[in-house]
Amino acid sequence: MTNEEIKLFISAHIPAATFDESGEFLNVIIASEELLPIMKELRSNRDLEFDYLFCLTCIDWKDHLMMVYHLLSKKHRHVIVIKAKITDVNDPQIETVCGIWKTAEFHEREVYDLFGVKFINHPDLRRIFLMDDWEGWPLRKNYVDENMIEI
Amino acid sequence: MSLLGEDIVTEDGEFVINMGPQHPSTHGVLHLKIWLDGETIKRVQPHLGYIHRSIEKMSENLSYRNFIFATSRMDYLSAHINNEACALCVEKGLQIEATPRAQVIRILMAELTRLSSHQLWWGCTGLDLGAVTPFFYAFREREAIMEIMEETCGARLTMNYMVPGGVMYDIHPNFQKRVKDVMKQIKNNLHEYFEILTGNVIFENRTKGVGYLSKEDAISYGVTGPTGRASGVSCDVRKWFPYEGYDKVQFDEILDNCGDCYARYMVRMKEMDQSVSIIEQLIDNIPEGDFQTKTKNVIKLPKGEFYQRVETARGELGVFIVSDGAASPYRIKYRSPNFSNLSAIDHMARGAKIGDLIAIMATLDLVIPDIDR
Amino acid sequence: MDVSEKLIFPGQKHETADGGILITKLDDAINWARANSLWPLVFGTSCCAIEMMSAADAKYDWSRFGFEVARATPRQADLIIVAGTIVMKMAPVLKRLYDQMADPKYVIAMGACTISGGPFFYNTYSVVKGVDHVIPVDVYVPGCPPRPEALLHGMIALQEKIKNEHYFGKKAEKDK
Repeated sequence: MTNEEIKLFISAHIPAATFDESGEFLNVIIASEELLPIMKELRSNRDLEFDYLFCLTCIDWKDHLMMVYHLLSKKHRHVIVIKAKITDVNDPQIETVCGIWKTAEFHEREVYDLFGVKFINHPDLRRIFLMDDWEGWPLRKNYVDENMIEI
Repeated sequence: MSLLGEDIVTEDGEFVINMGPQHPSTHGVLHLKIWLDGETIKRVQPHLGYIHRSIEKMSENLSYRNFIFATSRMDYLSAHINNEACALCVEKGLQIEATPRAQVIRILMAELTRLSSHQLWWGCTGLDLGAVTPFFYAFREREAIMEIMEETCGARLTMNYMVPGGVMYDIHPNFQKRVKDVMKQIKNNLHEYFEILTGNVIFENRTKGVGYLSKEDAISYGVTGPTGRASGVSCDVRKWFPYEGYDKVQFDEILDNCGDCYARYMVRMKEMDQSVSIIEQLIDNIPEGDFQTKTKNVIKLPKGEFYQRVETARGELGVFIVSDGAASPYRIKYRSPNFSNLSAIDHMARGAKIGDLIAIMATLDLVIPDIDR
Repeated sequence: MDVSEKLIFPGQKHETADGGILITKLDDAINWARANSLWPLVFGTSCCAIEMMSAADAKYDWSRFGFEVARATPRQADLIIVAGTIVMKMAPVLKRLYDQMADPKYVIAMGACTISGGPFFYNTYSVVKGVDHVIPVDVYVPGCPPRPEALLHGMIALQEKIKNEHYFGKKAEKDK
């Protein structure tokens, strides 16, 4: 499918979705509540078949958190970037996509560890890199650590 | 009592052991918690973070020239290729390209790195499976490559040779001659690798049919690199998304459909041949000209997001830079190949014997600092 | 012990100034044996571990100096070469490994990360800034990573240190 067709497909499912084509890939920005149904559709639809989640991360924009999912279809060779906006910075929550792509389990644990985003229905949501008793979410912009020596 | 302070026998009678973080076959500080029924593995749970150095946080305070050095310490066996990914990503943001000479030098360096990485992997696989001799054979050729690296880049392991716009210095006058000598040496000696390990009965019994990973699972777990290609997944970034002129050189993407440890072993062995062939195509055809495109002293990327991927010796490395227009990145994410490859270990090891886990880990070719970053 | 000190029990000998001929020679013999059969622990966390492996291979060959018996368990090792960054999560493990080693035990800090945190000094939240915050270090080998020759030099420096140790006599008291 071309980018235009993908745009039409997503608009049909989520009318509120906005698109950004300024970068290399087609970016789709949606609200965090709408994530799971559209992800399931993107994976299972025969014309789209995004079977490979190659990057999952989060960006802290201070007033909101942005989950970023890079998807690729091995069969159709097209790439799409889904961005889910989480507005509640104090208690960020989003549905897990573990059930769709198994690689998400580790990547989501990493995002939980470094950003504090809670993934609903995640099978094993624990800190992955830091100790269990670590305080704070290090990659947040407002993270302070007295042991950290800043330039 | 285990390291985590839990009982070593569960209610179901399963025995829980901790492998690592200090264990000779985990190639570093990986910690695996293993649930065993007798000798059969019921479940494997990796515990990470014993070498989490917060490179992503650090990079947010470094300039676009300086953040590259930290990536050589991530996957130190493909340091060149990691640096290349960063340099390419910054170039993508600046909308410039490296000079033709720099591009060819980069490919040559990347392939030399891949060769030396696979050689070290081969030696360590031998060590893990009980053969000490391969280690010495592998280091014979590896040291020759290290000398070439040192002559041109000034360092043996963490080169930091790639800069946005090209390479840091021109190649050493001896470079071409020495590379040709080493290629000759490797071609003459590669058959020894097969004679020592490949046909060995013990080795075959320990790897054939062990640690099976199907094609669908490999894609779902995001497994890339030789590990993914051994499961039949076409995932070579050099073919899929050519960079630096990889589309102009002739080489094959090695695929195998068996998906077991032996397939992963064979894919890497055959990849060495391909790397030698790429180097031989290019070594006499290095274009004349500048080795660096002129860039400003302080690089500032325009607002936006840039994603660049390359094929390291272990799989697909992605560099995701988010820029807000300042002189240092707003956020950097490294999509490391080992992190995704490791996530499949539970799936591969279930039902295998505890000894098979060593073979599985050896053929996954894990570099732990790349997992933890 | 001071010579003028009162003797506590019968048969106790006066200490001579440098331990006397017999004890000095015994020290030398023990030190010679200890210095030339240091068994390192296989302990590497990151990049420096690869250079440590290079030092073990045929080209640099640390077995020329008696280091070739690398042990996987701390209980059989005399020497721990800390090769690579130590982070907060690893520090307790390293301490435990060090505690499990039998005396006499020695530590070489290999690479910039183990000396001071090295390239990971600024703006990191998880790196221990110098392994000497966790365990005592005998020899520091700078570099990122150090060349195998540098590691060999560090190990030979450690041998020299061991050869000047005193287990009997006056100096042993002082060393403590």
